[in-house]
This record gives sequence, C-alpha cells and structure tokens, in this order.
Amino acid sequence: MVKFIRIVFQVFILYLFSFVGSWVVDSFSLQFPGSIVGLILLFVCLYFKIVPVQFIKDGAGFLLAFLALFFVPATVGIMEYPEIFSWVGLGIILSIAISTIISIVVSGKFCQYLEKKLLEKEQVE
Amino acid sequence: MIAVLMIIGTIVLFYLMTIVYKRFTYPLLIPIFSTTVLLVLILVTNNIPYDTYMSGGKWINELLGPAVVSMAYPLYIHREKIIKYKVPIILSVLCALLSGLVSITVLSRLLSFEEHVLLSLLPKSITTPVAIPISEAVGGVPTLTAVFVIFAGLVGAILGPIIFRVCRIDQAISRGISVGSASHGIGVSKLTEYGEETLTMGSVSMTLSAILGSFVCPLFALLI
Repeated sequence: MVKFIRIVFQVFILYLFSFVGSWVVDSFSLQFPGSIVGLILLFVCLYFKIVPVQFIKDGAGFLLAFLALFFVPATVGIMEYPEIFSWVGLGIILSIAISTIISIVVSGKFCQYLEKKLLEKEQVE
Repeated sequence: MIAVLMIIGTIVLFYLMTIVYKRFTYPLLIPIFSTTVLLVLILVTNNIPYDTYMSGGKWINELLGPAVVSMAYPLYIHREKIIKYKVPIILSVLCALLSGLVSITVLSRLLSFEEHVLLSLLPKSITTPVAIPISEAVGGVPTLTAVFVIFAGLVGAILGPIIFRVCRIDQAISRGISVGSASHGIGVSKLTEYGEETLTMGSVSMTLSAILGSFVCPLFALLI
C-alpha cells in the first residue's frame, strides 16, 4: 500500500515535468513535443542533484514497465483509416520494412566501424 | 460508465496478451499489436465508434507524457557508459535517423504516396509517445504514425537477429544502437535476448533517437 501511494505520487511528479514541458512548448509556440522538453528538464535536474533519483525511481520504473499499454488508445485509432487494408496500405508496409532494414544495416555497420576505431585508439594510448 | 468499461477492458486485454506473449514469445504476438487487433475487432463488430472508445481511452493516453519523461531515468543510470561512447552513439543514431528519413522519402515518391502519408511516415523509427507529437508538428496524421511506428518496431524485432547474422553486426553496442534507433521499444524488447549491454545501448539509442528526431524530423520535413 505504501509502495502504491509512492508510485502514484512519483507519477504525479513525472506528470508535472511533462506538464511544464508542454507549457514551455506552447508559450513559445514551438513545433516540438513537450514531453521531450520534460525529459531533458528531468535529466538536468537528476544530473545536478536538484531532484534526487529516489523521488522518481519507482514511478519511472512503473511507467516504463507498462509503456506499451499507454499507446494502445492511439493505435486503436487505425479503425478510422480502413484504407490501410488495401494495395496502397501493403505498399506502405513494405516501404516501412525496407526503410527499417536499411536503417539497421547502415547504422549497425557504421557504429561497428566507429567502435573499432575507438578501441584501436584506446590500445595505442 | 462506458468510459470506465473501456479503460478496464483495455487494461485487462493488454494484461492477458502480455501473459500470452510471455508463454509463446512469437514476435507477431507482442502485446501492443495483439491488443490493438483484438480491440479494433471488438469495437468494429459491436459498432462502437472510436470516439466512444476514446472517452475512456483518453485517460490511458494521458499517461504517455509522464512515460516519456520517465525515459530520463535509464539515461541517468547509464550516463557514464553513454559519456564514454558518446561519439559513436550520437553519430550512429543520427546515421540511422537520416538513412531512415531519406529511404522512406525516396520509396514514398517512387510509389507516389499521398503527402499526408509521407509526413506521417517520417517519425516511424521513433518511439510512439514522441512520434505522435512529431507527426502533429510536421502535418502528418498521428494515428497513421502510431500504426507505422508499430510496423517499424515489428520489422526490427523480427528481422533484427537475421540482419545481425547476414551483415555480421556482432558488437553489443552496434546491435543495441542499430535496432534501438530504427525500431524503438518494440525492437529493444527483442534485445533482452542479447544481454544487459546490448539492451542498455538499445534503450539509450531509442531515447536519444527520440530527442534528436524531435529536431531532425521537422527540419527534414521542411526540405522535402
């Protein structure tokens, strides 16, 4: 029960960060997700020990564990776009697959190259 | 009343699908996908419009913001490792973002997709809670983006291991970064099978990709 209240309280703190982030984006009329501003803000607060990590640890762990659940309502919205179940829809899905494969191969190979260079440099030093 | 029913229904269904997935671990059974398919089938067969569902669904949706903010926590926990590998990580995440953006734009033009489809496709490699506001910002359709994001995730989760073998991507960091930045959370969930380091790099790159993508996607949308 104590743990439950703590999680609810910590989720509320995280909600405040998200709220402040959205407020910043709105008041400067930026084309940017407010929640990311909240994320950066929280990271800065954690890094400079303005907010102790214990204050958000359980709440963050709880939200991250159920992350996928929170976007179910958005994905169910697909029912408003039946055109995805068509030839064009199939083309879109194939394009996503090809583009994602390209991304993984290119960035994976590139990262491996950078990693090797970094390790070689370390060995030299 | 109906709103409460929708909330409970979504949570119970998601919970059941999580159990099913743990039992069979077949990639197409990932809870986000199976729950969505079942919910859509239930709503359509019972003639319940999306707006009615959202009277409850919006309360679950409301937690997306704090969930994104929560990603600061793993970033903070792994800050030392991230700082050590900062150059390869940042460059590779940018590389994944740009190769994804360019390739999807070329494919969209080749297959002459409508403009709103292309704009909704741009943030496909970014985790849903961030992809949705990016989609709004660039003039896409957030719901379409939500679905495209899931497909991109499924591709990484299903094909990732095969790509690693065929292209000999065998370092923990490279595996984590490539799948994390191309296929976000769904891809990262598959990385648990490759150990702690790969998993950490996967979640780091997913978060970083979300942050960098928030800047890069709107800029890229201006260019096309």
